[in-house]
Amino acid sequence: MPKLLSGAEIVFKALEDQKVEYIFGYPGGAVLPIYDELKNHKSIKHILARHEQGAGHSAEGYARSSGKPGVLLVTSGPGATNAVTALTDAYMDSIPLVCISGQVPTHLIGTDAFQECDTTGITRPCTKHNWLIKDVNDLSRILHLAFEVATTGRPGPVLVDIPKDIQFKKGKYKFFKNTLKKKLNGKATHKISNSELDKFINLIKQSSKPIFYTGGGVINSGPEASKHLRELVSLTGFPITSTLQGLGAYPGDDPQFLGMLGMHGTYEANNAMHDCDLMINIGARFDDRITGKVDEFSPGSKKIHVDIDPSSIGKNIKVDLAIISDVTTLLKSLIKRFKEKNKNFVNSNKQKTSKWWEQIGKWREKRSLNFINSDKIIKPQHAVQRLYELTKNQDTFITTEVGQHQMWAAQHYKFNKPNRWMTSGGLGTMGYGLPAAIGVQIANPGKLVVDIAGEASVLMTMQEMSTAVQYRLPIKIFILNNEYMGMVRQWQELLHEKNYSESYTAALPDFVKLAESYGCVGIRAKTPNELDEKIKEMISVDRPVIFDCVVDKAENCFPMIPSGKPHNQMILGPEEEEEISDEGKVLV
Amino acid sequence: MAKSKSAYSVPGKIGKIERHIIVVWVDNEAGVLARIAGLFSGRGYNIESLAVAEVDKKKHISRITIVTEGTPQVIEQINLQLKKLVPVHKVADFKRGEKDILFRELAMFKILGNSKKLEKVKKICKKFNPVILDKTNKSVVIQVTALRAEIDKLAIDLKSLGLISTSRTGAVAMTKGSRIFN
Repeated sequence: MPKLLSGAEIVFKALEDQKVEYIFGYPGGAVLPIYDELKNHKSIKHILARHEQGAGHSAEGYARSSGKPGVLLVTSGPGATNAVTALTDAYMDSIPLVCISGQVPTHLIGTDAFQECDTTGITRPCTKHNWLIKDVNDLSRILHLAFEVATTGRPGPVLVDIPKDIQFKKGKYKFFKNTLKKKLNGKATHKISNSELDKFINLIKQSSKPIFYTGGGVINSGPEASKHLRELVSLTGFPITSTLQGLGAYPGDDPQFLGMLGMHGTYEANNAMHDCDLMINIGARFDDRITGKVDEFSPGSKKIHVDIDPSSIGKNIKVDLAIISDVTTLLKSLIKRFKEKNKNFVNSNKQKTSKWWEQIGKWREKRSLNFINSDKIIKPQHAVQRLYELTKNQDTFITTEVGQHQMWAAQHYKFNKPNRWMTSGGLGTMGYGLPAAIGVQIANPGKLVVDIAGEASVLMTMQEMSTAVQYRLPIKIFILNNEYMGMVRQWQELLHEKNYSESYTAALPDFVKLAESYGCVGIRAKTPNELDEKIKEMISVDRPVIFDCVVDKAENCFPMIPSGKPHNQMILGPEEEEEISDEGKVLV
Repeated sequence: MAKSKSAYSVPGKIGKIERHIIVVWVDNEAGVLARIAGLFSGRGYNIESLAVAEVDKKKHISRITIVTEGTPQVIEQINLQLKKLVPVHKVADFKRGEKDILFRELAMFKILGNSKKLEKVKKICKKFNPVILDKTNKSVVIQVTALRAEIDKLAIDLKSLGLISTSRTGAVAMTKGSRIFN
C-alpha cells in the first residue's frame, strides 16, 4: 500500500514533480498547514509579498520572463480576493499561473465563516478553470491537471481552492501526466495540412502590399517562435509590425520593422495596416486598441490569422484564411514548404513590393515618434531614449505600469529578444510593473531589470519594495514623475475641455526619502544635463533603486488613433490637437 | 442625449439576429451549470431557455440544451467559447427551423373550471399529446408536449378557460433518423 500523505504534503509533492522552484505568496489562517510544510521542501523557495496582488503580479513577471508557469499561494477570503486582479490580468494577457488558495474547513463552507468567500465563484470568470477540492484523494490529480490547463493551448491562470481540513487529511499521491489528452480547452489538436500551407504561400506570392502583424502568441510559443518569425520575415522581405505584447519577438531596430501598431503605434505601422492588400496576423487577437473602428479596419486586404485559440478567430474581424495552431509549429512547416518551392523569393519579389516600400518610406518620413526636446526640462520620451541607449548593451528586462509612460516605453525602447518586455496590456493594471519586476529578477538573477513607471501607478503596489529589499533583488524603479495620472490628464485635455478632474496627485511622497525608508537607494534627476549620469549611477548600484525622474508635466503621448477611427486617421502631435471633433471624443 | 465620452469604440454594423439551439455535453460536476451560465452572462449572450439533466449515469455526463439568440458572429463565439471550458465534451449547434431536428418543450397547466370548461380545454390541447395528470371536480392539471410557439399560443388560449398556473421546461432537441450529434 502506498504511503499516505497529508494534503499539505501532496501540494508540495505535486509542486516538486512539476519542477516548481519559486512560489509567491502570503500566509493566513486557511493555508497554515501548507505553510507549515514549506520547511520540509528545500528545492522550493517561497517569496513573501506584501499584498496578494503583488504576489500575483510577481508570479506573472516570473512566468513571462522565464516561460515557466508562475505559482501563487494565498489564504482564503481576502487573500483570494486580493489575488483576483492579478488572475484577471494573467487571463487577459494569456500568462500561465497556478494559484493555490486556502479555504475554510469543508464543514464551514456556506456558513459565512471567518475569512470565507466563494473563491471558485469569484474567480470563475478570470481563470481558465478552477477547482474546489472536496476529497484529499482528488488533490494530486487536480493539481497536475491545473498545471496542464494553465500551460497548454492558450496559456492562462487556474486556481485550486483547498479547504483547511483537506490540507490535514491523509490521502494517496500520484503523478498524473497529460490527463487532458484530446480535450478541447482551446488546445490546438488541429493538424496543419499542406493545402492550408499552400493557400498561405499563394497569398504571400500574390501580394504586392503585404504586412506581418504579430502579437503575444509569438512570445508565448517560446523563443523558437521568434527565431522562425525572423527567418520568415527575412525570406519574404515583407514589413512587420507588432502589438504591445509582441514586442521583442522581432528586433526593434531592424529596417523591416515598422514599430508598434495600434492606438499609440507609429504612423507607418498603422497606415500600412490600413492600406495593405495582405495582412498576416500571427499570434495577435485583433484587439480594439489595434483595430479602431472595425467597419473601416484595413478595408482592402486579405487577412490570414494564425492563433492557438479557436475562439480568437473571427471574434472581432473576419479573416480569409484561419489557421488554428501554435506559432512555432505553424512557422516551422510554413518555412519548410515555402523554401521548397520558392528559392530566392526575396530578390525575385523585390520589384512587386518596391512601390509599397516606397510608400512606407514616405510614411516613415513623418517621424511620428518625434517630440520637441528641451534642455531645461526632462521630456519623458527623452528619458526613455536615454535609458535605452545606456542599457542596450546588456541583457535588460523592462516591465511597466500602465499609462503614458507605458506607451513611451513601448515606442522608444527597442527590444531585440523575446521575454524581455513585461507589460499589462489586456487588463491595463496600474501597479503591475513593480511586483512584476520582482518576479522577473527572481527568474533572471544578475540581469538588469527596470520598471519604467509612472508615479501614480507605482504607488498602487509600492509596498512590494519591501519584498525587493528582503530578497536583495536589485530592481530599478524608473519613475517618470509628472505628478499627474498622465494618460487620464491627456484625455481630459484633449476631450474634456481641460477639466483635470481628480487626475493630479497633490501630496506625493518624496520618492528619494521613500526609497531610503525601505532601505533601498533613491536617486532624483531634475534636468536633462544630469540625466545620463544619474541613470548610470542607477545601473551601477547593486541594490534596489527608486529613480525619481522629474519630467515635463504637460507632455502628451503621440501619435494616437482615437479608438473608433480607422488607422489612417492618426493624430501626430500637439499641432493637430484642434482637429478632434465631438465624434472623436467618444473614441478614446 | 449628451455625447458619450466612453473609453471604448463605437459599435460597428450589427448582423441579423438568429435563434439557435445549442446542445452541450458536460461533466456533471459541481459548478458546471454556473460555468455555462456565467459564460453567457459574462459575455453578454442571451439565454432564452435552458434544459439540463444527466444523461449518462456511469460517466456522469449531463446534456444541456440552450436556446439563444444572436448574430451569426455571436453564435459562433458561443460555440467556440463553450468548447474551451474544461468540463465541456462537445457542442452541437442548430438553427431554429432546421428540418431534420426535433424540438420539444413540456408544459403543465393548472386550470380551474366546471366540467364544461374542462372539456373545452381538452379539445384545445388535443393536438399536443395531452395527458391529464390530476383531476378534481373543479380543477385539472394537464401536460402537453409541443414546440415553444405552440405552447405560447396554448397558454394564451387557455387563459379565458381558467388557466391559473403554468410550468414549462426549456426546449430539448434531437436529430431525426439514425444520425446522432457528434
